[in-house]
Amino acid sequence: MTINVSVMVNGTRHDVSDVEPRLLLSDFLRDTLGLTGTHVGCEHGVCGACTVLMDGHSIRSCLTLAVQAAGAEITTVEGLGTPEALNVLQTQFREHHGLQCGFCTPGMLMTGEDLLRNYPLATDEEIREGLSGNLCRCTGYQNIVAAIRSAAALRRENV
Amino acid sequence: MKPARFEYIPPTTLEAAVAALAAANGEGKILAGGQSLLPLLNFRMARPAVLVDLNGMKELSFIELRGENVAIGALTRHREIEHSPLIASRLPVMSAAIRHVAHLAIRNRGTIGGSLSHADPAAELPMMAMFYGASLTVQGPAGRRTIAAKDFFVDALTNCLEPEDIVVEIEFPILQHDGWAFEEVARRFGDFALASIAVSIRRGQFGVGEARVAVMGVADTPLRLEHVEQRLCEIAVDGRTPDRFAEMVTSSVSPNSDVHASAEYRKHLLGELAKRAMQTVLAVKG
Repeated sequence: MTINVSVMVNGTRHDVSDVEPRLLLSDFLRDTLGLTGTHVGCEHGVCGACTVLMDGHSIRSCLTLAVQAAGAEITTVEGLGTPEALNVLQTQFREHHGLQCGFCTPGMLMTGEDLLRNYPLATDEEIREGLSGNLCRCTGYQNIVAAIRSAAALRRENV
Repeated sequence: MKPARFEYIPPTTLEAAVAALAAANGEGKILAGGQSLLPLLNFRMARPAVLVDLNGMKELSFIELRGENVAIGALTRHREIEHSPLIASRLPVMSAAIRHVAHLAIRNRGTIGGSLSHADPAAELPMMAMFYGASLTVQGPAGRRTIAAKDFFVDALTNCLEPEDIVVEIEFPILQHDGWAFEEVARRFGDFALASIAVSIRRGQFGVGEARVAVMGVADTPLRLEHVEQRLCEIAVDGRTPDRFAEMVTSSVSPNSDVHASAEYRKHLLGELAKRAMQTVLAVKG
């Protein structure tokens, strides 16, 4: 049994036929659409590397079926900025050295986007709680928190 | 492909969903938020032949005031409960507890019906169902019926439902209280609790008039401690009450040791949390 899936990804509509229902959204994004920016780590909802936005809210793409994204609007790390024009959060990750190996970074950025868009982020505690579902084995998190804090401040100034 | 092959059915009515589960003959599973089920599928620890996806039924997602109760649709996401002004004003203990449910991305997707059905003994929403004395409305092949939370949770990860039953909505009675507290310890914020306690009281003419106490992480199901509630109403309220309360609470549970914590440690944690909770509760003017 296969299903036709029509989904908006980073503003582009994709009509894909013959999607197996058991295909995870993470594998759909990477293998079917070729958007390999979304990283796959633990594949059971612990590490947060595969985080994407679904209708504006962060979700784990390894805990969502591709067929469930039908009709939804998905944003992946490719939808944030380009290498020539990084978005505010990406720029702050670079400024604050918020990444080392880069494996967790797409998930960190997408979680950070959700936090910036939907939460006031008045305190570091709020940022840390928001990031608690994303694992990083390099940075020790300090610089990731600093990057998000800084992006939140910039966003407040520009409103 | 991580999960084993299954037939995917996205029904648009509850009747169709129940019929699909009945036709699956015990080999069907309900997909709500999927935050507990998908890991099991990815590991192939669960290999259902049929997956019935409820996510198309938007009418199962609501939070509304209904007389003396707050009714919550089974497909309501944790995020919606977390940000609901109605929950914050009418069910403040639940509002505090929901912040401890997993992590951001999981709260964005997980549902209350799914969490209650999964019946994890260290999950906040089953504990809140016990604390408030919630009733669950369930749809089965013979129609709808109502189940009290205390009858719903049977054992760790085990509820009283038949394979073709679906939780439709949950009613939480609004509690009157002069003070309340929710305390939890987990290894990392958002992880499953090692121990947790929720308390609320109404002041009486002498001391505590009414009390409500529920705990989790220390038994195979969340527990409401009714005998502790009763004893609280019988003792004088003074500076020793938090310690006496902690003693009452810890002497009424017998947790198991597991990889996360020893039985002694869980008991110790629960005692400290109970003390803290009672200090908070009594600090509020009656």
